Amino acid sequence: MSARPPTYTKFRDVQAELERSGSAVYRDAEGVESLIVRSPYTINYVHSYAEDSPFFLGLAEGKLRGSKCRKPKCGFVYGTPRSHCMVCGAPTEWIDLPTRGRVHSWTTCHFGSEAFLKETPYNLALVEFEGVGSLLLVRLRDCVESDLYVGMPIEARFDPNPKYSITDVWFVPSK
Amino acid sequence: MVTGGVTKFAKAHPAMDFRLMVKRAYDYALKGIPNLTADRIDGTRISYFSDHFARQLKAASMVQDYLGMNPKGSVRIEWGGATGGECFQAAYEAVASGRMDVCLAAGFETMSRVPTWKGNEFIALASDTNFDFPLGGFYTGYYALMVVRHIYEYLRLGRFANVKDEREAQRLAIAEGSRIMSLVSVKNHTNALHNPYAQYPKRLTVDDVLASEMISFPLTREQICTMSDGAACVILCDEARAKEFTDKPVQITGVGCGTDTMRLADRPFGHVPLLPHEKAKDYEDLPYPGVHSFRAGRSAGIEAYRMAGITRPIRELDFIELHDAYASSEIQTYEDLGLCRYGEGYDFVEHGDPFLKGIDYGFPVPNAGTIPVNPSGGLIACGHPVGATGLMQAVFAFWQLQGTVAKHFGDPTLQLKQPRRGAIHSHAGTGSSVTVSILERGFR
Repeated sequence: MSARPPTYTKFRDVQAELERSGSAVYRDAEGVESLIVRSPYTINYVHSYAEDSPFFLGLAEGKLRGSKCRKPKCGFVYGTPRSHCMVCGAPTEWIDLPTRGRVHSWTTCHFGSEAFLKETPYNLALVEFEGVGSLLLVRLRDCVESDLYVGMPIEARFDPNPKYSITDVWFVPSK
Repeated sequence: MVTGGVTKFAKAHPAMDFRLMVKRAYDYALKGIPNLTADRIDGTRISYFSDHFARQLKAASMVQDYLGMNPKGSVRIEWGGATGGECFQAAYEAVASGRMDVCLAAGFETMSRVPTWKGNEFIALASDTNFDFPLGGFYTGYYALMVVRHIYEYLRLGRFANVKDEREAQRLAIAEGSRIMSLVSVKNHTNALHNPYAQYPKRLTVDDVLASEMISFPLTREQICTMSDGAACVILCDEARAKEFTDKPVQITGVGCGTDTMRLADRPFGHVPLLPHEKAKDYEDLPYPGVHSFRAGRSAGIEAYRMAGITRPIRELDFIELHDAYASSEIQTYEDLGLCRYGEGYDFVEHGDPFLKGIDYGFPVPNAGTIPVNPSGGLIACGHPVGATGLMQAVFAFWQLQGTVAKHFGDPTLQLKQPRRGAIHSHAGTGSSVTVSILERGFR
């Protein structure tokens, strides 16, 4: 199936208008015609980090925060903070995470969502921290695909000009 | 289940909107059973994944309307990638509960309306938008993270356990894993050569798959399903009516659904929920599920098998239509569904168990026919119009069990020899929700 020039030769003004607007008439093998128009839309979405906010505010201060279940019998420690414990349901408290960890798994993305295509290739890693029960997903910089391996020691870096995004922190190979 | 229909899945169907696609699949389904007229349908369950792709809220109401189903009852079903599988189970529940005698399940997706990478963005909005999405918004990246760890657990610590140099061992393990994933891709694309509904039937070699574009290391383009436009319908009813409508009904004998954390990073390290044929000591040292396995798939399998009375799935199932959004997740899912033990997925592929007998894949498949997985070609070769996919699997499984593949495909190659029982498996997110349904031949 391919875009064909409109065939409404009697209505040249229609054809010109279609072309100007980026619209087109498609015709399939059975000769069925479909009119395609384009309608861009953008939004400015108001996103609240809500109960996760202290984590993102922490990044701006160069701090990596996790959380720990307040129930002494449970005490699960989260590498990605959760405000309530997924194991026992009790509230958690904020803790400082180590800024050094190891690669639990990794990949190099050669594509991404449209918004991130200009940043390719980029590395992702799940970080494991000593004494912490869950992981943290981050970008891994200052290294390339062939440098990466499971178990690689890495450490956190923080953006001095925070954008209030998870990308305010990234990890690099430990020296 | 008494009938089903599918549109050809395609990159784009500009001449059909979602309503017309569903109508085509619905008309095909009705054509097969003249005794079932529209007035006998009590209500519908209609599925599509993303309002972003449809850009039409209440699109399910528009399908209901277009099919002339008003004023009957209807509900829209959405459950990420497992939307179609969940819709199938919702229709099953409507009938099993006695609420309806006859229920239509219909699903669709029109993913061609945005460019591929915008589409990836819409899909990635089904990952945590605080912690995951802003890192790249890329599902293939998440699956790559999972398979790199799966390869580490089972190939690095398995067949490459004796390699002393850690980085060399991991490099060798990933190369081996990539080669074996490519066998799965070749299988599914080759099977699809005989399925006229498939979007990307093609003859490939392992080298072709490995040489295709790197999307997110180590996953290459041919190891990943694509976005599609398409629709699928099934009609379910109670047993008495099934025999009135067709002499070849298919019985749904088990349904299961499981879930897991939205974020990969939150997956705990605990114990494996066991299937009847497994023992706790099989997995003593295995941190589970971590990011390498799908606990939701395991849970869904356990529930569905228990209901269907299945204790040894490898012996008691004749085929599976499995949600192979990635060649990697097909291998991971063999283990979750107990077709082999955790850690044996790569051997299972190399031995040829999930391949069809009598098809030339270009390499030896000694155990072919043990349990054909994705005889239709799966998502990798058929396409993945999300809301339709799980229902497409139901239709293909239905035709297999009826023995009518030749009639519907115009080609007898993929028809298995008198299959008695099959499973369909639908999978969402990074494994955050999974459904498994068991279908059995309901006639002698």
